[in-house]
Amino acid sequence: MDDGRLIAALRARDESAFEELMREYNASLLRVAQIYVPSRAVAEEVLQETWIGVLNGIDRFEGRSSLKTWIFRILTNIAKTRGQREGRTLPFSALERPDAVPEAAVEPDRFLAPDHERWPGHWAAKPEPWPEERLLAAESRAVVEGAIDRLPPAQRAVISLRDVEGWSSDETCNALGVTETNQRVLLHRARSKVRQALEDYLSEAR
Amino acid sequence: MTAGIEQLSCQELVELVTNYLERALPEGERASFEDHIQRCTGCHEYVEQMRATIQLTGSLSPADVSSEAERTLIAAFRNWKAG
Repeated sequence: MDDGRLIAALRARDESAFEELMREYNASLLRVAQIYVPSRAVAEEVLQETWIGVLNGIDRFEGRSSLKTWIFRILTNIAKTRGQREGRTLPFSALERPDAVPEAAVEPDRFLAPDHERWPGHWAAKPEPWPEERLLAAESRAVVEGAIDRLPPAQRAVISLRDVEGWSSDETCNALGVTETNQRVLLHRARSKVRQALEDYLSEAR
Repeated sequence: MTAGIEQLSCQELVELVTNYLERALPEGERASFEDHIQRCTGCHEYVEQMRATIQLTGSLSPADVSSEAERTLIAAFRNWKAG
């Protein structure tokens, strides 16, 4: 269903439209909530408050943004307030200044020293091709899931929206209220760590 | 095309991969990047691994919300509808 029909259906108190929206957005909403609140349990409470806010606001929703952006804005406001109440320092720097703490995509010791006479910054231990059949096995997917779970919340939210959910960069920036540049920094760090986890796993002896 | 391995080190290249894949590199840097991965097997492989990583991540199923949470939400909906 497109936005117009979903909004009309919700206004008509159509439960199946509500279920469709929940199924579409719950996983992403939870990921984003977890940027701001300390636990999954609190994130689920934020999720509930969000949907109640959506239902209470839908009759007045003017459609100046997409329905999706509006829902995520409601979530972000609730999650921020809740995070403050839980005594969590807001991760503004994670979303607004992700560059503040430098992070290398690949460990520096994989490269030759910057003062190397012939090949400064060149691979000392270059990546080797991955065995296709192990890459496609279920274990590799589990490695990716584990690596995503271990990411800092802002990186985890960005990679989940972009690469798991398949959202565009615009949609992701709108939902998170983050600039294109910062979104790319977060995505870069997230993808780099997941690649590293896969490399570690795939280069182990079977 | 004269830009090459000498101008962009492998260590620098790995930090540009996401900008490259997102088509966010300025034209000149993009040309150096492409020139580099054509000549450097390590970086070529690195970019392939990033693509494989993205593809594999895309094959995951999104996390599920607990069915208990979903039931609570449906109850909230019915409550709203009744109110």
